[in-house]
Amino acid sequence: MSLPAELPYRHGKPLLPSLMARLRRVNVYTFIVTSVFALLALPLIATLFYALATRWGASLTPDALTVKWFLELWTTPRFLAAFGRSLLVAVGALALSLLLIVPVVFLANTRYPRLDSVMNGLILLPFAVPPIVSSVGLLQLYAGGPLAIVGTPWILIPTYFTIVLPFMYRALANSLRALDVASLMEAAQLLGASPLKAFFLVVLPNIRVGIQIAVFLAFSFLAGEFVFANMLVGTRFETLQVYLNNIRGASGHFTSALVITLFVFTLILTWLGNHQPAEQEMPADDPDEAQATAMTDGLPGPVPSADPEPRHTTHQSSDSAPRGDR
Amino acid sequence: MSAAFKRRLTSPVMWLLPFALIFGAFQIAPLVWVMISAFKTPTGWGLANFHEIASSAFFRQAIWRSLEISFMSSVLGLAIAAVTCHSMHRCGPRLTRMMIAFTNMTSNFAGVPLAFAFIILMGANGMLTLMLERFGLLENFNLYSRTGLIVIYTWFQIPLGILLLYPAFSTLKTEWREAASLLGANRLAYWQHIGLPVLWPSLAGTLTVLFANAMGAYATVYALVNTSYNLMTIRIANLVSGDLFLQPELASALALVLVVILVIVTLIQQWLMRRSYHVTSR
Repeated sequence: MSLPAELPYRHGKPLLPSLMARLRRVNVYTFIVTSVFALLALPLIATLFYALATRWGASLTPDALTVKWFLELWTTPRFLAAFGRSLLVAVGALALSLLLIVPVVFLANTRYPRLDSVMNGLILLPFAVPPIVSSVGLLQLYAGGPLAIVGTPWILIPTYFTIVLPFMYRALANSLRALDVASLMEAAQLLGASPLKAFFLVVLPNIRVGIQIAVFLAFSFLAGEFVFANMLVGTRFETLQVYLNNIRGASGHFTSALVITLFVFTLILTWLGNHQPAEQEMPADDPDEAQATAMTDGLPGPVPSADPEPRHTTHQSSDSAPRGDR
Repeated sequence: MSAAFKRRLTSPVMWLLPFALIFGAFQIAPLVWVMISAFKTPTGWGLANFHEIASSAFFRQAIWRSLEISFMSSVLGLAIAAVTCHSMHRCGPRLTRMMIAFTNMTSNFAGVPLAFAFIILMGANGMLTLMLERFGLLENFNLYSRTGLIVIYTWFQIPLGILLLYPAFSTLKTEWREAASLLGANRLAYWQHIGLPVLWPSLAGTLTVLFANAMGAYATVYALVNTSYNLMTIRIANLVSGDLFLQPELASALALVLVVILVIVTLIQQWLMRRSYHVTSR
């Protein structure tokens, strides 16, 4: 067979008609979703390319590709210090949050059902009040007096507790609800365990996955927090986001490398949070169900009546939603 | 362990108290402080701070611009999100799953990093700016202007809108569309009498959330224009942490105005919800 005759054929089928058929199958809906996907990906892709370019003048394409900006970033002491501080604050805030929230969730879902409805009202506050409003009050309350903690990480830890509270509470309440806690506690106590022992040895291990999911998602959310970090502490305890803002004068390639590093970091955390070994009611294969875990991501808050069907309220924190800017 | 200590350890108050203390001190107290100090004036108590805001063209401009950008970006974001959600239910499950995972990621990509990404993409020497200018599709685009801010706000509203609206769109049953078309309804009639009435509560709810999200947004715009674009959040921040003289009471008053706007928007949405028969009939 001669080469030209072979070109337009693939698996014996004429290439052109098969291409046409494929194009026809790409319906308008696929086109729309793909376009929005591309639109959302555009800033990220641009930043990634910029971070990998040696030099990019007023031309359409970079001169050459390199990883030197990443290497430079990862060996900059100021970056590493900021990274460490961010981790420290986030770990502190998450430890405090678990310590404070777990008992409340447990009591609200076992002994005091009325506490649960009170909590569901309270957790709307951190979402409804913009961080900038809270920080006006925090700055005045804790700048002086007996508790002068403005400018230190000590103000960030409890403040971060308040902003992760809504979705941490919802995530933990959901995983507790999937468990028959009352029977578990009863069984443990029948076997001679004290309520405390029953809680630590029976209930806690059973909601471990729920806790892990909540922690990873809260972590990725806190890694992106800027408003409180900048307003309450700023350069006195420079976290990653504040550092990024402060090096605005640096090379664009360098800051791009930092942006990509931050994105990959939150990406890994989000991924870890959404891909925990499937627990009880959360199979992530069905897109509808994947949504259930997706909803706990980011800063949660009220979606007034945004769930028109009761089916969704059963497995999904219908009042949790991410928040775009923070 | 003594019996008394044991009893105290199992007492619910002991477990609830730390939570209540920290939540009170770091969430409720700041809000209460803002509410009180907003009415504090150099000579005592009164509405002087609010009077100053109302009579200053500068503050009025900040409020107006915040409302304008928030409204435009939430309506645009909602429209794009709604069309996307509708399409996601009509295209393959693989693409849908990918899209959900991706919106989930991008909803976390906000604030300062987003502002930098947009500077690289659409700044004065941004890749997209240069490309579009070369093809003659764009002239004098300024990322640091009203249009630029609406573009970037809309960008971060889209993923949020999709995540909030997606479950609502799955309640639209294919059977309804089939039944409607069997009864002779065209697409327009279907959406007018079935689709939109069913979705309406979710659309209104999502719009409210998006609007509130934009009104409270600070990180993105601060990283993008620092304090040079006049918005409510920028003004509030500048009044408590700026380089010039600080006016915490005035900041409190402006913050209270922001909170009141958000409350009013939520109340309007709730009022509209009550009027929609679908909520009561469900």
